Amino acid sequence: MIVAQRKSIPELQDIIKEKKNILVLGCGTCVTVCLAGGEREVSIISSALRIASKKAGEAIKVNELTIERQCDNVFIETAADEIKKCDAVLSLGCGAGVQAIAERYPDKPVYAGLDTAFLGILESRGVWTEKCAQCGACVLADFGGICPVTRCAKHMLNGPCGGSRIERCEISPNQPCAWQLIYKRLSDIGETDKLKKIYPAKNWSKSLDGGSRTIIREDHRI
Amino acid sequence: MTDNTFEPKILAFCCHFCAYASADLAGSMRLQYPPGVRIIRTPCTGRLEVEYYMRAIENGADGVLIAGCLEGGCHYIDGNLFARKRVTATRALLEECGIDKERLRMVNISAAMAKNLVDVIFEMVDTVKQLGPNPIKPQFLGKSLKQESEMAETCCMNEVKSE
Repeated sequence: MIVAQRKSIPELQDIIKEKKNILVLGCGTCVTVCLAGGEREVSIISSALRIASKKAGEAIKVNELTIERQCDNVFIETAADEIKKCDAVLSLGCGAGVQAIAERYPDKPVYAGLDTAFLGILESRGVWTEKCAQCGACVLADFGGICPVTRCAKHMLNGPCGGSRIERCEISPNQPCAWQLIYKRLSDIGETDKLKKIYPAKNWSKSLDGGSRTIIREDHRI
Repeated sequence: MTDNTFEPKILAFCCHFCAYASADLAGSMRLQYPPGVRIIRTPCTGRLEVEYYMRAIENGADGVLIAGCLEGGCHYIDGNLFARKRVTATRALLEECGIDKERLRMVNISAAMAKNLVDVIFEMVDTVKQLGPNPIKPQFLGKSLKQESEMAETCCMNEVKSE
């Protein structure tokens, strides 16, 4: 899922300044699960914005709404009335959600209330970790399901490097060495032979380097 | 407004199994605490969400006190420990909003600690008196409780009319 974090209240105040009627719009999908932009967070952030604006001597109206999914027009339509009524939308969706709403409402200012961080998983309660860099050419099959592109600090495809110390990466004692994990995992599943393969330089043209990506499935187009 | 005339309104969320019982005991013992403290009974402080604290401040409470069981003594094992984490996070959020974090405080009280409850209430009231009235309700400054009630009522009626 997409993992995001809320911006600080002073940052949000700066973003919505001079707007008097704000709609704080939450998303019921990834950002709800990562506790950043769901219904509860919409309520908390709206309340915080009202308090902060009153403290600053301004009177702003903050409405709250959470829709099922901000990156899908079908669900965005359910927020149409509220969006039309406000001066600006403060979206608590991921970067995709913010842009989906901005495209749908060209005349309405749409601001991002969250910092979209990464594609990851819930490691334990309150802890999320990055697992996928969306490089566009998955190599997980060769590395026992552990991604060196994301989890190795140097993104090495032929590791480990000399910075691996007692199963930890040299960048931090809290950071496991991805290549140690890969070796252990491949040993456990009897596939260490795969490590004999020397990987050529990765083709990054399928990643963000070629501009924003589009996938077209002709069999599904109307 | 001077400290002599300002009577802080403190919202006290008290756990049914400890602090609420100790408030009851305080009553039986004839221990007095300031009348501006309004107690709300909650099944466990772990039930309280961040929104409750935010809404309390937003709606004009001068302070919010959360009184849960002693650590290790929660009826639901660890509800009070979760509550403390939420209170800590909310205090940081209030600071971001420009509200002094001391307006929100959590204490741990057992059912037998009536005197301690009264003491922490007095401490909270003293702290809030020093901080002054909740800064986001300037329209109530300098008004008596009766005037405040009338203003709140008028405000509610206007909202109903506008809807």
